[in-house]
Amino acid sequence: MSAHHPAAPVGGKLFNLPVMICSVFIAAMVAILFVRFVFGLGAVTNLNDGYPWGIWVVFDVVIGSAFACGGFSVAMLVYIFNRGRYHPLVRPALLASLFGYTLAGVGVLFDLGRWWNFWHILWPGYANPNSVMFEVAVCISAYVIVMWIEFSPVFMEQWGLKVQKQKLEKVLFFFIALGTLLPMMHQSSLGTMLVVMGPQINPLWQTPIVPLLYLLSAITIGYGIVLFESCVAASAYRRQIEMHLLQPIAKIMLGVLAVFMLVRFGDLVFRGAFGHALSPSLEALFFWLETACFAAPFLIVGTPGARRNPARIFIAGCAIMMGGVLLRINGFLIGYDTGLGVDHGWNYFPSIAEMIVTIGMFAIEVLAYIVITRRFPVLAREGAAH
Amino acid sequence: MLPETACARDTLQRPPEGLGLLYDATLCVGCQACVAACKRANDNPAEFTAMDKLWDTPLDTSGHTFNLIKMYRNGTMETKDSELNGFSFMKTSCMHCADPSCVSACPVTAMHKDPVTGVVGYDPDACIGCRYCVAACPFGIPKYQYDSPTGKIGKCELCRHRHEDGHYSACAEVCPTGATLFGRTEDLLAEAKRRLALKPGDWTTIPRGRLPATGETPEAAAKWKGLVDQGYQAQVGNYLQHVYGETEYGGTQVLKLSAVNFQKVGMPDLPPKSSAATSETIQHTLYGGMIMPIAVLAGLTWVAKRNVVPDDAEKGGQS
Repeated sequence: MSAHHPAAPVGGKLFNLPVMICSVFIAAMVAILFVRFVFGLGAVTNLNDGYPWGIWVVFDVVIGSAFACGGFSVAMLVYIFNRGRYHPLVRPALLASLFGYTLAGVGVLFDLGRWWNFWHILWPGYANPNSVMFEVAVCISAYVIVMWIEFSPVFMEQWGLKVQKQKLEKVLFFFIALGTLLPMMHQSSLGTMLVVMGPQINPLWQTPIVPLLYLLSAITIGYGIVLFESCVAASAYRRQIEMHLLQPIAKIMLGVLAVFMLVRFGDLVFRGAFGHALSPSLEALFFWLETACFAAPFLIVGTPGARRNPARIFIAGCAIMMGGVLLRINGFLIGYDTGLGVDHGWNYFPSIAEMIVTIGMFAIEVLAYIVITRRFPVLAREGAAH
Repeated sequence: MLPETACARDTLQRPPEGLGLLYDATLCVGCQACVAACKRANDNPAEFTAMDKLWDTPLDTSGHTFNLIKMYRNGTMETKDSELNGFSFMKTSCMHCADPSCVSACPVTAMHKDPVTGVVGYDPDACIGCRYCVAACPFGIPKYQYDSPTGKIGKCELCRHRHEDGHYSACAEVCPTGATLFGRTEDLLAEAKRRLALKPGDWTTIPRGRLPATGETPEAAAKWKGLVDQGYQAQVGNYLQHVYGETEYGGTQVLKLSAVNFQKVGMPDLPPKSSAATSETIQHTLYGGMIMPIAVLAGLTWVAKRNVVPDDAEKGGQS
């Protein structure tokens, strides 16, 4: 059975401390972006030709979109694997995804050196279907639209558009299917983007099965995010943590994670690349940090007893997110080396300005989440869910 | 899960009439005439790294420097072209790959390989400035102009904008020793192999400027400006038996000879299979004809249609 738990606005004040903090970061971000667009990328970033991609690409887009996989992971669970009881988690997860992806799309524009041409990427005659980035761009653009459609019943409910909502719900199944396919396509392709860089990527992260690794890790991150976000939302709004839902989610997460680990290590051994993990190098250190983060949830929430502890659930979610962050940073930055440091080696560490823009982007997400959950029916109605 | 043969994309090969350069490090005297000529031909500004700002002193190729002679130094630096206690020069500029990573990476076809000349050209009007080409190139060649709000990618295009006027690559035009030679890559490869077959220290004729194609007609020769026979007598270098660019990544149109290990002078060790081929094989296997995505979508739609229950229906007591 899939008892339906009606969602309801949380209500309450919109102007409080978290909202103010977010607003300050957003204002700082806007100021920095002004400088960036007037004077160029070099004026505010530490980007260089040895590291042409910095945190605006790797954090805001590659990691930001992976963090936004909660909606996809939960929708897949509910609608594809028909686990209706997780339905209360769909809307909050979808909301986080919606903003994660929308902002990843907007964030790309800050990083594009010739941003006024951005539409070329979808324009026949310019678009290059052989490019992995083309595939990513098409899928993410399509997915953002699909997610707004998937989420629109929330606004229709609030504004009393019953007829429109009924019409939409008749075809919603198609958008849900599309909303499951598209993230599978571009989350895997985000990993495939590394392949063309060839030997510049350390063999620990350069593999022909990188699309599978990124897809599996994106799904686990999706569940990790749901654990994290449910705990934070419950704590911030002083509501009951939906432990009866989070426990089985944690278990499913471990299952996908186990598959990921098998593929990850099987591939390293099969390619004979495992030796790189044993060398005394920064890359090896970060590889083990990444691996520790992915292995930690097995220790933290490995037993049914441990999964009853909300603190453990929360920490396991954080560990998965960290693992996903490290997998991506390691592939795109730590494990990236143009190898042409003959005259001068290349270095990159993000500037303060770059970091503020990235923080500002996450602040927009937090702010939007607060405003929308307080004013629109996203979270399950308190008390009705049990 | 992945049918390997159906969509595999082989490493592309050089076009038969492809143009390129042959750089012979043992002939290079490090005068940087080619660097200055390249700046002039491409209308690039000087880049200062010294305090007095008198000379163009770029430390590496950049969005404003498309060609540079770098130097390898070891120990006492006594002997030219010696790995130990010696020095050597190496030209850094676009290799014009047979199967370029930048062309495969570029999402908007701003990087384009000419099907006849094989020159990898750049179109700033198409470019979105994503710098995927910068990240993708194993030679670190496309560079971005970070100092401008409208920055472009800068890279060697083999002076293709001057070909119409009969000018070939400026670096080869001005090279006083023939260390940089312009021509069809097939001819340049034969010339490189001729030099490798000679005995080090023997005297041989070294062509300068442009190497005429084998069996070149006077009409074809008239297309290019400058003297045809600028050859001179020089001693054969102590070459490594390796034409760099013959097979790397499926081959490049710029070829290099050196007496010092190529990795030590900054040329990466690359397999004969290009990364572009690996990348596009993965993409075409997954997305060829959109067959797999459509099949998956059909399956997902079928499942979702069964499982998605409208909110109102649920309220009516169904599940």
